[in-house]
Amino acid sequence: MSSVIDTYLTDEIGPLPFCPGCGHDPLLKALDEALVTLQPDPAKTVIVTDIGCIGLSDRYFTTHGFHGLHGRSITYACGMKLARPELTVIVLMGDGGCGIGGAHLLNVARRNIDITLLVANNFNYGMTGGQHSVSTPLSGITPTTPMGNLEGAMDLCETATAAGAGWAYRGTTFDKDLPDRIAEAITQPGFSLLDIWEMCTAYYVLRNKLKKKDLMDIMGRNNFKYGLVANNTRPEYGSQYRATYVDTATPERKPRTIEIKFDNNVTRQTGIVIAGSAGQKIRSAAGLFAQSSMYSGLSATQKVDYPNTVMTGHSVSEIIISPERINYTAIDTVDYFVLVSEDGLKNTKSRIEKLPSTCTLYVEKSLKLPHTEAEIIRLPLMATAKKVNRLSIGIVALAALVKDSGIINLDAFAEAIAAFQNPAAAEISLRALDAGSALIQAGKEVEPMIVSS
Amino acid sequence: MGLEFIEGNEAIARGALKANCNFFAGYPISPSSSIAHHMLNKLPRVGGVAIQGEDEIASIGLCIGAAMTGAKVLTATSGPGMSLYSENIGLAVSGETPLVIVNVQRQGPAIGSSTKGAEGDILFTRWCTSGGLPMIVLSPSTVSEAYELTYRAFNLAEKYRTPVFLLTNKEIGLTRESVNLERVELPQLVDRTRSTIGGSCLPYRLKALHEVPEFADIGGGQITRFTTSSHDEAGYFTSNPKVIQKMIDHYAAKIESAEEDIALFKQDIEVGAEILIISYGITSRSVVVAVKKMREQGYKVSSLTLQSLYPVPRIALSKALVGIKRIVVPEMNMGQYIQEIQRLIPAEVEVIGVNKMDTTLLSPDEIIERGILS
Repeated sequence: MSSVIDTYLTDEIGPLPFCPGCGHDPLLKALDEALVTLQPDPAKTVIVTDIGCIGLSDRYFTTHGFHGLHGRSITYACGMKLARPELTVIVLMGDGGCGIGGAHLLNVARRNIDITLLVANNFNYGMTGGQHSVSTPLSGITPTTPMGNLEGAMDLCETATAAGAGWAYRGTTFDKDLPDRIAEAITQPGFSLLDIWEMCTAYYVLRNKLKKKDLMDIMGRNNFKYGLVANNTRPEYGSQYRATYVDTATPERKPRTIEIKFDNNVTRQTGIVIAGSAGQKIRSAAGLFAQSSMYSGLSATQKVDYPNTVMTGHSVSEIIISPERINYTAIDTVDYFVLVSEDGLKNTKSRIEKLPSTCTLYVEKSLKLPHTEAEIIRLPLMATAKKVNRLSIGIVALAALVKDSGIINLDAFAEAIAAFQNPAAAEISLRALDAGSALIQAGKEVEPMIVSS
Repeated sequence: MGLEFIEGNEAIARGALKANCNFFAGYPISPSSSIAHHMLNKLPRVGGVAIQGEDEIASIGLCIGAAMTGAKVLTATSGPGMSLYSENIGLAVSGETPLVIVNVQRQGPAIGSSTKGAEGDILFTRWCTSGGLPMIVLSPSTVSEAYELTYRAFNLAEKYRTPVFLLTNKEIGLTRESVNLERVELPQLVDRTRSTIGGSCLPYRLKALHEVPEFADIGGGQITRFTTSSHDEAGYFTSNPKVIQKMIDHYAAKIESAEEDIALFKQDIEVGAEILIISYGITSRSVVVAVKKMREQGYKVSSLTLQSLYPVPRIALSKALVGIKRIVVPEMNMGQYIQEIQRLIPAEVEVIGVNKMDTTLLSPDEIIERGILS
């Protein structure tokens, strides 16, 4: 900056618009004095305002101005600071905003993002009629506490400090050193909070006979500290993010792609359903099978179904493979059904009952099946998987399907496993692949077609 | 080269990165969370920022703040999260904030069936905030389209300085498909028109009602103002009815006048067909199968697949309507977009909705039996 800025306030749209005696007026003048002391570049400074009378403030400054929704000013401020770390970001919010936006106050303190939050705390909602806020003192009279406030006032500084705020300060608009404290807050390298108590001459002062000395009395009565409440600076989130996460030097790893290397025996769209338990890696095995079909020159889709629990309940994948483009992703006529667990059976029982005679059902031999027209092939899937790894049951079962049906080549399955699993997992899966395909040579048990129900 | 097996949510993240998205904030919710996972993993590697907000309100707030400093931003959620975005969407409309919002729809209302698909948020997305102003809403039907339309959504957000919605579904978001994203044809990347530095701050100066004001980055050389309040061209609060009406007219005009520019659709018109199926999203894939089956049986059927739902592509619709006596609108909801069709068509044309919201896909046979042959 070539010349010294002697004020950051502008009278372009007239004088400050607040009621006579309103604390917002001295608060903004104190902020201006702090800025004059610090001399930030107005083009690198933004004043973010919340809703309420304090929300009228940003436009009176020569910096960038951002006037957002009620209680959300902290979120915009954090977005701006994270996207443009060079900005000086100052939020002006009322006590109302601290209530509706309480979660944001806690989380900016916890994350420690370098913004300065200046709370113009006048104990009520001055723009909407003087209703009580989270900071209204006990027994305070407002239109919504006409017989006196029963809710305890929130100690904003202690609340923010408990959530992790490194710097918190409480003062009043009557304090001579307020500009210095604001300047101090702005220069803090992390989140800083100033809880500045002031007068709402339109409402709260009229109903509660509040005078300057009463502010100090309320603080004393409630054990609210006056002055610096916390000063424990710690690493700032944005700097940590850039130092820890941002890595533009390492070249981006290109996604692994699939080249067609194998033949297939699939002449039409073919639907395969695999049903098992969540936590059995059914989705992953089904995905590898679909990828092996792609290595074999086929299109593939995988539609998944599982409950909102993670390691319990069913997991069903519907895979379609086709020499042509696949449209409808559900399978109305199943060609191959793979059933590996009781959870899978429970979820698909009615579906199994309706399987056509053209469908082959590969099933864990211990499961009790309902009546079905499908050709049933019972295999010791669980026992086989256990010998390799309990979680390889999907691969074991699909390997048996591939070996038995011959729709694609087992080598294509091995290729997908090697390409898309980490070496340790791939080693297990390749063993599962061998074990599963060996089941077909060893002892496939084809059940008689008629099963009593 | 380039074949991959990926889910729609990954394609959305990849489309965003292809469009140079450099800021993401979102809150975990099924079935959209994997978009956040991809963005949180990838963005720092291209010098961007991705963060999990403390809730959906914070997430979209972070995005709006970042967008106004010049970032290209993405957020992703599902129906319940959209409810929490609502107020901030209005802010983004009035502040003319470029922003891409993904809604991976799940069966609702409320928590509903959180891991299952539906398309119950069509009208909700159109009318998702107070004020009732036009919105831009795109809807992909495949994983490749999820990639392409996310990229296009960024272009539209930049060009029209407005939130743009990508309305998808668990059935695309979590379904994996064989794709080759390199083969997807993408238009040239668009960036918001920025003001030249210097002069007075007029962040909402309109050269014409339908024209988008030049953008000044907060933190850029040009001092600027952003406000949720009714404002004049300088971004100052105004109570002047003429100025207020002008801004409202502007928000509407910039999108309504761009109907043709925004319109995206695919059509499969059969000469002489009297039946037209109008669909969007995952259901349009069942329609492809249904149309093939019907034609094999000798029926004449046409199909129009909408990739942009709003503004309603009226010109495409009216062209497809020529000679049509029956329109079938299959939807994974209880009949939403059909209302947009009904108000455009002559009374003598029969409109049949095929609807369900039981978490399963509408099958080609259901569309044939309940729609075409009913």
